[in-house]
Amino acid sequence: MALIEFENVAHSYLRSPARMEDYALRPMNLAWQHGGAYALLGPSGSGKTTLLNIISGLLRPSAGRVLFDGRDVTDSSTVQRNIAQVFQFPVIYDTMTVFDNLAFPLRNRGVASAEVRSRVSEVAEMLELTDDLRRRASGLAADEKQKVSLGRGLVRSDVSAILFDEPLTVVDPYLKWRLRRKLKEIHKRYSVTLIYVTHDQGEALTFADRVVVMHDGSVLQEGTPQELFDTPTHRFVGYFIGSPGMNFLPCRLSADGAEVAGQFIPLAAALRSKAAQATGLEIGIRPEAIGLKGSGKGLAVEIGDVVNLGTRKVATCRLGEHEIKVVVPPEQPIPSERGVLEFNPAMTRLYADGRLVG
Amino acid sequence: MRLTLENVTKTVREQPYLYDVNLDLVSGSFNVLLGPTQAGKTSLLRLMAGLDFPNSGTIREDGTDVTLLGVRKRNVAMVYQEFVNYPSFTVYENIAAPLRRAKRLAAPQVDARVRATAQMMHIDHLLQRLPSELSGGQQQRVALARALVKEAPLLLLDEPLVNLDYKLREELRRELREIFRHGATTVVYATTEPQEALLFGGNTVVLDAGRVLQSGPALDIYHCPATIRASQVFSDPPINLIRANIDPQGCRLSPSVAFPLAPHMRALRPGDYRVGVRADHIGLTGHAEYGCLIRAKVELAEINGSETYVHAGHGDFQMIALLQGVHEFGLGDEIDLYLDPRRLFVFDGAGDLVAAPGENAGGTGAH
Repeated sequence: MALIEFENVAHSYLRSPARMEDYALRPMNLAWQHGGAYALLGPSGSGKTTLLNIISGLLRPSAGRVLFDGRDVTDSSTVQRNIAQVFQFPVIYDTMTVFDNLAFPLRNRGVASAEVRSRVSEVAEMLELTDDLRRRASGLAADEKQKVSLGRGLVRSDVSAILFDEPLTVVDPYLKWRLRRKLKEIHKRYSVTLIYVTHDQGEALTFADRVVVMHDGSVLQEGTPQELFDTPTHRFVGYFIGSPGMNFLPCRLSADGAEVAGQFIPLAAALRSKAAQATGLEIGIRPEAIGLKGSGKGLAVEIGDVVNLGTRKVATCRLGEHEIKVVVPPEQPIPSERGVLEFNPAMTRLYADGRLVG
Repeated sequence: MRLTLENVTKTVREQPYLYDVNLDLVSGSFNVLLGPTQAGKTSLLRLMAGLDFPNSGTIREDGTDVTLLGVRKRNVAMVYQEFVNYPSFTVYENIAAPLRRAKRLAAPQVDARVRATAQMMHIDHLLQRLPSELSGGQQQRVALARALVKEAPLLLLDEPLVNLDYKLREELRRELREIFRHGATTVVYATTEPQEALLFGGNTVVLDAGRVLQSGPALDIYHCPATIRASQVFSDPPINLIRANIDPQGCRLSPSVAFPLAPHMRALRPGDYRVGVRADHIGLTGHAEYGCLIRAKVELAEINGSETYVHAGHGDFQMIALLQGVHEFGLGDEIDLYLDPRRLFVFDGAGDLVAAPGENAGGTGAH
């Protein structure tokens, strides 16, 4: 159990980095509170695995310090830091039984056999592996192996943190629901710090109490799932979170709102005055925050493609040269060809050169 | 190309991989092969490609028996999960390779086709690069371009987006959808994700444990899964399945939960059944006439920014409810959930569907 802190941590895989672009991880200060459930979210190449490896001690940062409860651990190994890890693909011993695989991290640390038995059976129970304990790991299916791999990460009660590097990538959608739920139960029961790396925004938002969004080696925004959804501070966060992502519409300020392709969107006066001198203005709005109807007041649009995804419909609308995605309940009829959009003013955001105004 | 499989069976080392598969894929159709890991999707694609041969049964292309014809003698293109490109060839040469091998086109035509396909996949600015200089998403675009450039009448895609970032998948799905919308190519796209089947919206073949469970338009199967297993394979979040007893007075789910039969359930014989209800058909408010109240204990609430997934238990069954908006619940909170009986699927003891709601049953939904 520990408070994990980064002090001006940066990393480059080059021997003598010269420019900012040479850094896989740009200088950053970050803190991971004890007992938090965090997700590190970003596309591949954004630096999230580099960051994870610096926390675990697999990688020594080229600059800065890593602190656990105020103690400098920058030069300490993974074992010294007492970190458990779960990787994307199962890391288990095929020749051992499931029991021995789960017991391995404990026996390795000289835990007494009675304690080993009780911890292993507890974790096995939770992951629904009790009936498989005597089976040899080589006979397991891929997703069962990943469960054992998760179990090995979870079996020790005394770790500083458990790190997960895309652990559900090879798991079927059906099982993902169950395993994610197990992880959250374990988090609640042991209040251990969990740090979970993923490129899947849905997984990050549902798993974590706090999400750290990364792009090009920097942290763009850190916040609760709802903060990231409602108020992305960067255009990239708006795009990357949500499915489909936020709509962005280049606009000009007008007397009492914003003008997009000759049509008018109301905007609060405070927001307009803040943006008076700004350049590169865009309206940002979530597809879920737009109403779609056949006629009435609002933005007149052409309606194109409509996809029914079972739990929701996604309509692609055109406003001049801009495209606007709208999400509506599956039962809602969608007018053909032409319709009117209504933006929820409380959810209408303004961006200047890709950054949130206000 | 019309592709027909008749009573196709495949066994590997006495392990049955595919049982008695019958499929008729019409020319120019987009077909999604939906099933969990190890359902037999890859085995089936390999038979379609001529990479493997069935133990029994017949495969026909436009009526001609090709069952034992190898891949080199068939006109088929295939894309795999892993990014498969020639590492020492430039992107341009990778895309051109299938055309050069076929030797049917003159050089200027090859050049025109390579450039047009690269443009379609948005990699025309990368033609002189080597695969190792590309990101994963770009590498898979090259593999897709190489499959498309042949203009083969049959294109097989084996979970082609599974190794890509979530957002890249979103983009590529959308592009592929556009590309195949009006094409003459017969496409078979294998996936584990129900959302992909709905998104592509073509013909869906539900495969599980080596058997075809159901096939038809994606939404039709979603609204009318023929069996419990088909309903499970075709749901994300998982469909809620609850034991039920039905008699003329009503339907009982537990000692404290019962409701009058909805119209589509009234012809059922009294007895034991299982009812299936999708997560988005359980809500916090009930319909005045048709609501069914379930008092449940919250086990977990997952919030994704705009929706809340509530995992809750009642007696011996558990449910996942998908609620619009953000709702905070604590572990162990007692909440009232309502399901709308008009939205229930009813399955008999054998797991076969015996009653299904219409597509727009329940009007505007449970919440």
